Amino acid sequence: MDFTSVTFTDVSRHFGRRRALSGVSFRCEAGEVVALLGPNGAGKSTLLAVASTLLEPTSGRVQYGEHTARSARARLRARIGLLGHELFVYPELSPSENLMFFARLYRVEDPDARVGAAIDRAGLTARRDDPVSGFSRGMRQRLALERALLHDPRLVLLDEPFTGLDDAGTVALRARLAALRDARRIVVVATHDLETVEPIVDRALVLQGGKLALIAPGPDPLRDRYRRACEPRAQAAQAPRES
Amino acid sequence: MNPFAATVWHVMRKDLLIEVRSREILYTTLFFAVSCVLVFAFGFVREGRAVEDAAAGILWIAIAFSGTLALGRAFERERHNETLRALMLAPVERPAIYLGKLLGVLALLGAVQLVVVPLVAVMFQARLFAHPLLMLGLLAAGTTGFAAVGTLFAAMLVRARSRDVLLPVLLYPITIPVIIAGVRGTAALLQAEVDLPMARAWLSMLVFFDVVFITLALWTFEPVMTE
Repeated sequence: MDFTSVTFTDVSRHFGRRRALSGVSFRCEAGEVVALLGPNGAGKSTLLAVASTLLEPTSGRVQYGEHTARSARARLRARIGLLGHELFVYPELSPSENLMFFARLYRVEDPDARVGAAIDRAGLTARRDDPVSGFSRGMRQRLALERALLHDPRLVLLDEPFTGLDDAGTVALRARLAALRDARRIVVVATHDLETVEPIVDRALVLQGGKLALIAPGPDPLRDRYRRACEPRAQAAQAPRES
Repeated sequence: MNPFAATVWHVMRKDLLIEVRSREILYTTLFFAVSCVLVFAFGFVREGRAVEDAAAGILWIAIAFSGTLALGRAFERERHNETLRALMLAPVERPAIYLGKLLGVLALLGAVQLVVVPLVAVMFQARLFAHPLLMLGLLAAGTTGFAAVGTLFAAMLVRARSRDVLLPVLLYPITIPVIIAGVRGTAALLQAEVDLPMARAWLSMLVFFDVVFITLALWTFEPVMTE
């Protein structure tokens, strides 16, 4: 199965009495890189978890083309790649063992060649057989990114992908995101590194208090537009407390 | 290999590979089980003679307690880097993940029993090897029933804050029938006049528990793991 769009329709997700997402609606198309911005605790990771099918929405609907998470299940999960805030790799195993394990679970074709290429891209060829527990955060991050992209997913969900990366790693990741856009993947990047992602994103959305808004395109730097998008909501949130 | 069996194999192999590297669960579980047997040996062996039926009870207490420790640690590993989420995200049948984890835990408990069973036999002068096939059947079926429920509960509790407290609280009441059947079946083999029909009856009971527990666990694993 495949799809060329992801549509959130009035999606809410509650954890007990706490609303992590509240009436979120948006649509992403293939060939788009979308930045998901917002302060800490705004609901970005929850939104990515819902999009990845790991979390079910409390209400609302997420559609992947014509499919839903319930209708397509494993076939849909085969087309989704998630880089989480935690890295989803086993520290006791080496990069090649980690990637081979996931390559087999995802039943990728020619796993040896795919894993070898992924390790080369991550710049871990010399340490392909060392346990991941001895790696720096940046090396783990590069490995985790390759794990998320190993099965060539249509929907790529990245939570703070630039964390721990050095300059070369950041440049390589930006090039990778651009390549994913060219390959008509749907890429959603949750990040605080606004200046880093600005050159490659097509659209930016801001989540605040679980509510989503589009950051208007314009000539101003993304950070300025982001701050302007956040201001009215912050004031609205403060108003009832003051009154 | 069909995809379900392949997933079971890959998950089990991965767990065993991690254990071979770290040996963390094996050593802690083994140390705990051996300590347990030694402490009971000081309490229940007087002048070289063990209290009647003590060996059977102590063997199964050591298996249950060390099994609880192994179950908790096996899933703690998956929680540490949220790798359980990566497994849940993979396009595989989720019951296959459960079975893979279960077989990994069983392999570890089997390794622990390789040491604990002879130790109990020596310390309590118990004839645990007089009927090796029946004893093996009781150990295998009892451990499978205990681990089948434990694997499901450990997976369910992996994100609970008080999981270390909750696991035994939930696990022991449900697995009491398994532990009782294991103890009585083993005791039937160790008593002065060996009661083979009774041991076979308890073994049949254990196999029945295994079928029920594994069926229920396979059926409920996907819904309980969906957040």
